[in-house]
Amino acid sequence: MEPAEILSNPGGAIGVGWLMIVLPLLGAAVLLLGGRRTDKWGHYFGVLMALASFVVAALVFFQLLGFAPGERRRGVSLYEFIPGVADMGLLIDPLSVSFALLITGVGSLIHIYSIGYMSHDHDRRRFFAYLNLFVAAMLLLVLADNYVALFVGWEGVGLASYLLIGFWQFKPTAATAAKKAFVVNRVGDFGLLVAIFIMFTSFGSVAFGEVFAKAGAESQGTITAIGLLLLLGACGKSAQLPLQSWLLDAMEGPTPVSALIHAATMVTAGVYLVVRSGAAFFPGEGTASLVVTIVGVATLLAGAIIGTAKDDIKKALAGSTMSQIGYMMLAAGLGPVGYAFAIAHLISHGFFKANLFLGAGSVMHAMNDQVDMRKYGGLRKYLPITFITFFIGYLAIIGFPLLSGYFTKDGIIETTMEHNAILGWLAVVGAGITGFYMSRLVFMTFFGKARWDEGVKPHESPAVMTWPLILLAIGSVVLGAFLIVGNRLMIFLGPAVGRPEELPEFHAVSPVGLATLALVALGAAYAWLKYGRQEVPAVAPRGSVLTTFARRDLYGDALNEALFMRPGQWLTRLAVWFDNRGIDGLVNGLAAGIGGTSGRLRRIQTGYVRSYALSIFVGAAILAGAWFVVGTL
Amino acid sequence: MTTHYLILSALLFAIGGIGVLIRRNAIVVFMCVELMLNACNLAFVTFARQHGNIEGQVIAFFVMIVAAAEVVVGLAIIVTIFRTRRSASVDDASLLKY
Amino acid sequence: MPWLSILMGVSVLGALGVAFVKNDKLAKQATLAVSLVVMVLTIVMTVQFSPNGDRFQFAETYDWIPAFGVHYAVAVDGVALVLILLSAILVPIVVLASWHDAEAGKRSVRTYFALLLVLEAMMIGVFAATDVFLFYVFFEAMLIPMYFMIGSYGGAQRSYAAVKFLLYSLFGGLLMLVAVIALYVVADKGTFLFPQLIGAITDPTTQKWLFLGFFIAFAIKAPLWPFHTWLPDAAAQAPAGAAVLLVGVLDKVGTYGMLRFCLELFPEASAWATPVVMTLAVIGIVYGAVVAIGQTDIKRLIAYTSISHFGFIAMGVFAMTQNSMTGSALYMVNHGFSTGALFLIAGFLIYRRGSHFIADYGGVQKVAPILAGTFLVAGLSGLSLPGLSPFVSEFLVLVGTFEKHAVFAVIAATGVVLAAIYILWMYQRTMNGPTAESVQTMPDLNSRERWVVGPLVALIIVLGFFPKPLLDVINPSVKETVTNVSVTTPAAVAKEGQ
Repeated sequence: MEPAEILSNPGGAIGVGWLMIVLPLLGAAVLLLGGRRTDKWGHYFGVLMALASFVVAALVFFQLLGFAPGERRRGVSLYEFIPGVADMGLLIDPLSVSFALLITGVGSLIHIYSIGYMSHDHDRRRFFAYLNLFVAAMLLLVLADNYVALFVGWEGVGLASYLLIGFWQFKPTAATAAKKAFVVNRVGDFGLLVAIFIMFTSFGSVAFGEVFAKAGAESQGTITAIGLLLLLGACGKSAQLPLQSWLLDAMEGPTPVSALIHAATMVTAGVYLVVRSGAAFFPGEGTASLVVTIVGVATLLAGAIIGTAKDDIKKALAGSTMSQIGYMMLAAGLGPVGYAFAIAHLISHGFFKANLFLGAGSVMHAMNDQVDMRKYGGLRKYLPITFITFFIGYLAIIGFPLLSGYFTKDGIIETTMEHNAILGWLAVVGAGITGFYMSRLVFMTFFGKARWDEGVKPHESPAVMTWPLILLAIGSVVLGAFLIVGNRLMIFLGPAVGRPEELPEFHAVSPVGLATLALVALGAAYAWLKYGRQEVPAVAPRGSVLTTFARRDLYGDALNEALFMRPGQWLTRLAVWFDNRGIDGLVNGLAAGIGGTSGRLRRIQTGYVRSYALSIFVGAAILAGAWFVVGTL
Repeated sequence: MTTHYLILSALLFAIGGIGVLIRRNAIVVFMCVELMLNACNLAFVTFARQHGNIEGQVIAFFVMIVAAAEVVVGLAIIVTIFRTRRSASVDDASLLKY
Repeated sequence: MPWLSILMGVSVLGALGVAFVKNDKLAKQATLAVSLVVMVLTIVMTVQFSPNGDRFQFAETYDWIPAFGVHYAVAVDGVALVLILLSAILVPIVVLASWHDAEAGKRSVRTYFALLLVLEAMMIGVFAATDVFLFYVFFEAMLIPMYFMIGSYGGAQRSYAAVKFLLYSLFGGLLMLVAVIALYVVADKGTFLFPQLIGAITDPTTQKWLFLGFFIAFAIKAPLWPFHTWLPDAAAQAPAGAAVLLVGVLDKVGTYGMLRFCLELFPEASAWATPVVMTLAVIGIVYGAVVAIGQTDIKRLIAYTSISHFGFIAMGVFAMTQNSMTGSALYMVNHGFSTGALFLIAGFLIYRRGSHFIADYGGVQKVAPILAGTFLVAGLSGLSLPGLSPFVSEFLVLVGTFEKHAVFAVIAATGVVLAAIYILWMYQRTMNGPTAESVQTMPDLNSRERWVVGPLVALIIVLGFFPKPLLDVINPSVKETVTNVSVTTPAAVAKEGQ
């Protein structure tokens, strides 16, 4: 089934859908411009704006549900942005509204959580300003009705991510990580930008509707090129290979940031881009789609492997995020069959990963900001609510039957299996590794003996932090079943992204599903053997070559350093040298040459009258001689 | 018939020129310049005679007047230099250089 | 009303007045007042401009040297108008920012401010001139106040920088003078009026020679790679305010000249030169960015980023599509605000610490958050972050260039990655990390400085989301240029094929 046509603005909540973006933007502006005057109430204001945005999103959602499925794509044009190139407008359709709900919903919960988490921070107001800015930009990204406006949001979230990773900018590591995230993202943005150029040149427009309508008539080469360039953009934002290296460093930011931006929402923007452009550029067959699936599988394995070796709880979770987004990418590359699974996994992942990150934040809060899991242990008695919610998130991510991850991940694996068995089995292996590293994380943190530093007295977090955990945990339990059973999400998204004519059937028990479960159980069991039953050493053992490989992030940073950073530094030095000595040297040399020549020439002026007389005489003689010669000719 | 006058004029001019080039005493150089001017005058007059017109003679008068003016200025300069430097050598007056 | 003459007249009279005021403080206030009056007048004039009316509006033409057909002829089209607007807005900001800049040395403070006003009059004149000879006169005369501002009020190596600036510019200017005279002679129209000279030169070879004469002058002024090495010296040695006007407005005369004179007077020669110019521009974009990354001096770094940006502008002009040229024209304005903000805030920073080396800073964000925040916004506009004004222009330039010269556009687009590196690395080294010993007591921006930075930042953000008012003024006059050089583009074709 093809996507439906984009209809006009029906007014009502949809007509004021821009409030979703403007409200948090207003929050950011007030908090940033208000300065210290707003310190007292700034965080409440930020939360209020996020919640208000959520309310608008919900109203829009319900209004949309009131229309027949074929009439659920609504364009809301706002104003002429760049005349002749792009307008600022919103596309309200099931896909964008799903995202808007996720962003504002999870976003609001994380805002609330941050009140508690950042309560001791001197700059809490600024933190909330950035969070608001992020929400606004992310909403612009998903609600935009053309690629240029999307790009504005796309870079806006990049900026918010930069500001928030570097929130504790006085730490050099945080500042460096922030810069790295931005620069690596810019490499991806380059791809997105060039894709937009090709679209504008080929189709004369960057609006989704027009681009998709005209893409069918375009040559395959152009379509593939646009697809691959979009993928490059998606890889940057979603930390997919080969642009994955920034995400692990991004964990320098405060934990709510890692939960909101680097797990639940921003990093999934790449998946959104692929699914949004899917109908035209990633139909599930052809080079671009194939490359998307390969990137997805490679990243899901790489992320999982990195996750197995990290002792830093946030970095282990970051590896996991990479891996889960790999699953989404994989699904998005499968075409209309996969889109709904990708988005379903994205939404449920948004909940359980935010839950896990916030849980990790709660643990860190209790442990004086310690992140090394080797210094944890036995925390389940001290942090009961955190433990239970975290454990639910854990079960959801490894795909424990009937929890969210079980439905969504299984859907992805089964669909992949039908498409390409090799990729499918690799995805199953990835699930097994997930079982291992997540179990390892849980065992190291909540079970075993306490290996705390001296003076640490763990305490449960305040209610303002635990309530969001509880709500997210509930989402982690029910969302998967809600979205997948009966293909609810697929039917809902159909008008926006298209769907297969025949809806896939859901099998509660299938051979692939059983194999996946078996592998996950195996992984968990192995983790129990190594980290549950045995004592966890306080200092990481040296480990095998493979462990080192995983600890070093598969040598991704080393590769970047050798391939880009060092040659880049050399190039920079060379260029500076060339500019000073080469070009400027040439110019200054010319000046010096002229100066030197004139210095020598003026020596002829000796001051002796007789030598002047001689030169006059010689000159006269030469003239006379010349006259003679010419005259005789 | 006028060839002899012209040869004489050329000789005088050459003597004057060589004098200007090789002598150091400012007065002598000055005299040599005068010699050259007068050699020119001789040539002018000769040509006037040869062509049978008056222009050459007129020019000779002009030259004499210019030479007289030059003598006034030139001698004044030489005398002034001699007063300050106690020397009439042109090589000593080489401050105006580079 | 003779708007343009009034603008120049007010500035010149103001300069005379300021020069003879005895009291320095009064001189400053008077300068500010005069520049504000000029700004208000310019805004009033801009409002009265009708974008879809005649190409040249507010025209005034008087004979100046009738024997040679030289006129005092001024008028504006959309492009010139926005550039005059840029100058008129920047000058009061610069005046306010330079409040204490001229006091460091022994030179006269009021002369500095008088020079600023003289410069303003000339900047308005150079953009408004529609007589080629008059344009040349303003083009050269602008050097004089700037030469003194750098040479008398600049940093330690000011004479070197000022002489280098002057010699470079004069060299280009004299080539242009030859071309201007040759244009008059060859065209044989007995006039220097620009509108009458369009299409006057038909012989391709003559076009090429005259084109070169104009182009080299503009390439030095802009500056285009490899004629750029005077800019880092001049910008780094000039006082911050003068650097803003130098890079923000004076250099725009180069790219403006390319758009106005090179393209329209010599269309065939421009088409002939396009591959070379585009290559130089793209080299400049990447090269300027790479060299900027390696700089250790804040002001030189900003100067090199500008070289990269001028590459974008020149590329857009010579890509000769509606979008790219509109983008270039808009880029000139946006770059003025963006680099202006960067230079001024860097100037505040340097004024506080007394050093222009990046290594002498660190952790300023902690002690001076407003300074750091505005510096970040200005820096982000320098890397063309969407939502800030330079993005719109850079995007238009790139997308317009891509329509006809895809390869150049793609190489130029790598500049977005490099820009992120140079800006953020500089920001990190100066503003982030542990607070350096020497900046512990650094005060944040005071209210005067906030009044300097505030309007710029506001303009950058507002024009980032609503560039339409400017684009509506620029677009028709660029369309005129496009018609004069007669080009069509694939995107336009795709659009019409709907």
